[in-house]
Amino acid sequence: MLDIRGLTASIGDKPILKGIDLTVPAGEVHAIMGPNGSGKSTLGYVLSGREDYTVTGGSAMFNDADILAMAPEQRAAAGLFLAFQAPIELPGVNNANFLRTALNAIRRAHGEPELDAVQFLKLARAETKRLAMPDDMLKRNVNVGFSGGEKKRNEVLQMAILRPKLAILDETDSGLDIDALKIVADGVNALRGPDFSALVITHHQRLLDHLVPNRVHVLAHGRIVRTGGPELAKELEKSGYAGLIAEAA
Amino acid sequence: MSTGATGFLQRYEDAVGRLPGDSALRAAAAAAFREAGLPGGTQGRRIEAWKYTSLRPVAEANFQVSPRHEAETLLSGLTLLDAPRVVFVDGVLRGDLSVLPAVSIARFADQPDFGTLTWPDREPMVALNTMLATDGVALNVPAGVDGGIVQLVSLSGGQGDFHPRHGIRLGKGASLTVVEVAAGQGAYLLNTVAEIHVAEGAHLTHIRLQDEATTAFHVSTTYADVQAGGTYDSFTLNLGGRLSRTEVHTQLSGPNATAHLNAAQILAGSQHADFTTVVSHAAPSCSSRQTVKNVLGGRSRGVFQGKIAVARHAQKTDGYQMNQALLLSPDAEVDSKPELEIFADDVKCSHGATVGELDAEQMFYLRSRGIPDAEAKSILVRAFLAEALDAVANETIRGLLETAVEQWWERQKA
Ligand SMILES: Nc1ncnc2c1ncn2[C@@H]1O[C@H](COP(=O)(O)OP(=O)(O)O)[C@@H](O)[C@H]1O
Ligand SMILES: [Mg+2]
Repeated sequence: MLDIRGLTASIGDKPILKGIDLTVPAGEVHAIMGPNGSGKSTLGYVLSGREDYTVTGGSAMFNDADILAMAPEQRAAAGLFLAFQAPIELPGVNNANFLRTALNAIRRAHGEPELDAVQFLKLARAETKRLAMPDDMLKRNVNVGFSGGEKKRNEVLQMAILRPKLAILDETDSGLDIDALKIVADGVNALRGPDFSALVITHHQRLLDHLVPNRVHVLAHGRIVRTGGPELAKELEKSGYAGLIAEAA
Repeated sequence: MSTGATGFLQRYEDAVGRLPGDSALRAAAAAAFREAGLPGGTQGRRIEAWKYTSLRPVAEANFQVSPRHEAETLLSGLTLLDAPRVVFVDGVLRGDLSVLPAVSIARFADQPDFGTLTWPDREPMVALNTMLATDGVALNVPAGVDGGIVQLVSLSGGQGDFHPRHGIRLGKGASLTVVEVAAGQGAYLLNTVAEIHVAEGAHLTHIRLQDEATTAFHVSTTYADVQAGGTYDSFTLNLGGRLSRTEVHTQLSGPNATAHLNAAQILAGSQHADFTTVVSHAAPSCSSRQTVKNVLGGRSRGVFQGKIAVARHAQKTDGYQMNQALLLSPDAEVDSKPELEIFADDVKCSHGATVGELDAEQMFYLRSRGIPDAEAKSILVRAFLAEALDAVANETIRGLLETAVEQWWERQKA
């Protein structure tokens, strides 16, 4: 599904990613942990094509396509989705219209017919219900006046409606209460299948209890310093990153 | 050979005696125009009110009577409301293309108020109109009557110069919605003047949709006098024209009168559009609101000049002015000049201005959801405009304006 080799990237002339090697096979969920500032969000942004990052080396193949050569919207059409650590507010843009425009853009890219407003609302209401979100979330402006938790849930709603092949969740669990955390986990689990993979960036074991990752990677100073099974997350929760980073250095 | 101020004056000399209306007023206007010239023209005087907009291209153009053009084709290409319409072709009322409204309508020659509100001595383009106007419409809504919606459609073509003159009069407690739509094909000049009386408690909604050919010149000057408790609620959407100037003078003459002078200008290429307002608070407890938004692409230039004048006795005045610009290109430019002239001491007047570009994070967020670059831009531009367009209360009319913006956007893509 995703095959990253020797990926290096900078902001301005400051190197942030210093050689990432990471393979996520189809159907698997991988967790990425690591201290603040280690480059986790940067990895998500670089994979989804944010323009202020410069890829300086390496490659990232997504289902055998070179995603680094694609525009952000092409990556989304190819099935990539990033749940933002800090979702962006769009004043004056209605959430339902935003979601329908996005879904239809992706459907268009696949040569599928667009959904009209009625068809879309039916789908969107079903998803909000399944994710135990209030309907009025669709009527409001995108993320404007949303609480931190509502913004995160809105990211999960977008993911549920756009149905990506690879979802990158950037600390989608941070700041959520236990119920909301379960909603996020359910959102991901509902998509799970042989054609869906996820890269879950998190600091907490709690989310991984619900999601049970196939692999756990630790990112520090722009490199993956350790990879293990689900037990690695539990170990880190007890001992912290310090020992591990010292060991790697 | 350009027409220039000399050519326009010659036109007047040739027609004098055959022109309807007050001949002394015409002569005074001609004298004022001779003195002032075209703002920015080589013979024109420098005028502070025309600091950011030069009519030099107008002064240099050669205007001539053009062959008849297919007004019907232009008309059928327009999106209009299912409501009465008064259609002007090259500045002349065309009854055969119009669907006349129920309210009393008369032609220019019967306008009893011709020249009672305007200042030809101060505004050269108003002087030009006053000396050359031969047609226009007089809309008269008697006291207590709801005149509904009337569309004033202007279709122009070729390289002519047209100077229609309208008068709108609302009796006490009357109401009316006027939707002006201006479009055309060619390098013409449309120089409209409207004089508006809103009596006690009357309510006029005045929408202007300027979608002229991008080779054309458009100058529109409105004078509105609003009596106690009356409302002049106007919204201007400027999309077209090579060079346009929309000037609105509102006098709030009685207590509790209200003026809304909202506008949006969306420009591309080398278009220039100027929205200039003067609100005179001449009575206590009046309020005025202005939200003006410019969306500027290419090498376009947007201008907003807004003056709020508060007379000594106009206590409890509430004046608000906000001007926001979104620059879509590094070569676009906005000029903004707010002006507060306050002689009363118990007033609430505020103004603000912002200039920004499309937000890179918002753009990335939209694109990361699969929305292509151009569509993402249009979503953010529409969101920026929404606040201004929301001021248009009538949903059907707001829809008409949104459609015009949509079509403008489609044309840019093509
Ligand atoms: N816009 C930016 N300009 C400069 N440095 C940045 C910018 N964004 C992030 N960084 C730096 O890049 C590094 C990695 O950041 P980030 O990927 O957000 O880390 P993480 O998500 O692991 O906490 C940090 O040192 C951070 O300060
Ligand atoms: Mg981060």
